[in-house]
Amino acid sequence: MSSIKIELRQEDLNKIHEICDSFNNEPLELINVLHRTQEHFGYLPAEVQEAIADKLNISTAQVYGVVTFYSFFTMTPKGKHPISICMGTACYVRGAEKVLDEFKKELALQVGQTTPDGKFSLSSLRCVGACGLAPVVLVGDKTYGRVAPDDVKAILKEYE
Amino acid sequence: METIKITIDNKQVEVEKGTTILDAARKMGIEIPTLCHMRLDDLNIENKPGGCRICVVEVQGRKNLSPACITKCDNGSVIRTHTPRVMNARRTVMEFILSDHPKDCLICPKSGTCDLQNMAHRLGIREIPGQEIAEMSTYRKDTSPSIIRELDKCIMCRRCEMMCNDVQTVGAIGAFNRGFMAAVGPAYEQNLEYSPCTYCGQCVAVCPTGALTEVDHTRDVLRAIVDPAKTVVVQTAPAVRAALGEEFGMKPGTLVTGKLVTALRELGFDYVFDTDFAADLTIMEEGTEFLTRLKKFLNGDKNANIPILTSCCPGWVNFFEHNYPDLKDVPSTAKSPQQMFGAIAKSYFADKININRKDMVVVSIMPCLAKKYESQRPEFSVDGNPDVDFSISTRELANFIRQANIDFVNLPESDFDRPLGESTGAAVIFGNTGGVIEAAVRTAYELYTGKKLNRLDFTELRGMEGVRQATIDFDGFPLNIGIAHGLGNARKLLDEVKAGRSNFHAIEVMACPGGCIGGGGQPLHHGDSSILKARAMAIYEEDRNKPIRVSHENPYILQLYKEYLGEPNSEKAHHLLHTHYFDRKAKIVVKQ
Repeated sequence: MSSIKIELRQEDLNKIHEICDSFNNEPLELINVLHRTQEHFGYLPAEVQEAIADKLNISTAQVYGVVTFYSFFTMTPKGKHPISICMGTACYVRGAEKVLDEFKKELALQVGQTTPDGKFSLSSLRCVGACGLAPVVLVGDKTYGRVAPDDVKAILKEYE
Repeated sequence: METIKITIDNKQVEVEKGTTILDAARKMGIEIPTLCHMRLDDLNIENKPGGCRICVVEVQGRKNLSPACITKCDNGSVIRTHTPRVMNARRTVMEFILSDHPKDCLICPKSGTCDLQNMAHRLGIREIPGQEIAEMSTYRKDTSPSIIRELDKCIMCRRCEMMCNDVQTVGAIGAFNRGFMAAVGPAYEQNLEYSPCTYCGQCVAVCPTGALTEVDHTRDVLRAIVDPAKTVVVQTAPAVRAALGEEFGMKPGTLVTGKLVTALRELGFDYVFDTDFAADLTIMEEGTEFLTRLKKFLNGDKNANIPILTSCCPGWVNFFEHNYPDLKDVPSTAKSPQQMFGAIAKSYFADKININRKDMVVVSIMPCLAKKYESQRPEFSVDGNPDVDFSISTRELANFIRQANIDFVNLPESDFDRPLGESTGAAVIFGNTGGVIEAAVRTAYELYTGKKLNRLDFTELRGMEGVRQATIDFDGFPLNIGIAHGLGNARKLLDEVKAGRSNFHAIEVMACPGGCIGGGGQPLHHGDSSILKARAMAIYEEDRNKPIRVSHENPYILQLYKEYLGEPNSEKAHHLLHTHYFDRKAKIVVKQ
């Protein structure tokens, strides 16, 4: 019942409005709007969802429902070096899970989280089309193939 | 009408094309069990996500079982509702649901009226295989001024979500996350208090389990009653008398006014009064305010704030404060009857019996959960002492009566105390959609035209359609009236007003479908709309039985003005009986 105040920078608000306008502010385009917004901001914080709901004239609960339903959308900012571990079939059978576990242990992170210093974030994805190199790890734009759990420390060291 | 022939459980029937298996079976007297499905006929309210799969049946020629609530009959369909395969599937579904549901039925507030519990009983579930190893989803408890959310007990039927979004268009809650993590709640999983929730309580009214319940104040009331230093005054809303009997096995639509009064006396209240008295007072204040605005409007004043919007319903007040803050000067400034009663009890009546307002406790019995929040609004208190101390629902009162060992059904009848217990038929109909405006029309007509009405029943204002309009002949002047019940319907009317397309002079809004008779604090209807209709009929019956049926003839109201308030809308009346509204819309501001 209490009145809520959401603060956004003018340029961010303009960007959100521009994206919503490009979809004619059509509520049925919510997923597309969220895609484009996340592309721009890197993540979908509460303030951004609030502004989208306001512009599309739908409830914030509805926007939040869609954001939390699809694993592609995230409410936490990605790290400076986003780490993605491929969990597609080929990578999985060649031990991707053990590699993922090693990253979790080294960074003390769960999938979907970012380190407190904002340096690394951890996510898993499905098949990058490099099955011959399985298991595959992406750090930013760089691809690492045939990664073993023992390689994890060395990979992280490159970004220190 | 195109019809098709189908066979259900070896019996042939002809149904309209497009009929679901569930409805076709019902027509034949076959009650297929349902859990998530719920429909209120005539109110255009239906929840059928086809999610729970309790209603599965076997359709000849189809490999999989079909959910009866969303599967339409085909011509020549042969359907079986109780084969071993169907019964086993139903049991398995139920066992899965129960494996992720707390087993604390003994102390659950919904025990005895829980749809899930009833279904487990109906299906004869005696064990839940694998529950030792089953993972349970857990969720924190959220308590707001009116509603408690205990989502461990949620079975994701989505009824509350349908009510909040499709019917009420409030959008306070929605489903989020997936799988075991899925739940229904406000955005960012905040507490209800930080959402646009209006506390209408319709989510509570349709929740099949104990996941959504009301905040219970009966113990606070009992403590006040036994405190010798306190004079405890009770007021009961019109819709309570038309529904309370149901809690004690009486037929829906049974009027229990006299028994209700006796029960409240036996519970130990010092004065048993009637919110209807304050409803009459509302008509005096709101009616006068309306006529003043109407005169300005007819003189060409663009800022006369016509149409006037009623302001009796706290769910509706919360709704326009959140959604139409730009229209916040349009609703009547008259407080709701509950709050008018509290203000008068703690001033006029406290003076009369010579006590300090701090030594008086005002309790209200309401069909409503938003009234709990309303009574806690800071503007309705004097130096921190609220005008209404506790608001309890019809359901809470029924429990209170049971706990006090009172045999309600066999109670003798008695009358309300005076002076705040006297009321007219116009006040009683406040409980029905269209009732407030009908009561206002009765008084406004006589005050506007100076003539006596020769008929008091304005049937054109009654009914269950979500949005209604009527034109009443005010001695040559056509008065255009709009009525909406359910907040989604109110939104339709409000959008017209906002766009300047409305030609209404007055609009009545009640947040709950059917009006207060269908309030969030009433005995549960379990999806049976005939119960709501029976209550509405009872309210009109009470009106017809009243010797006085127009508010401005209530002798105790006239006495109140003579002794205390002066004239309607006088300075003193404004101070005690009027209020103002707040802009509660979420604001997006630019960070500097």
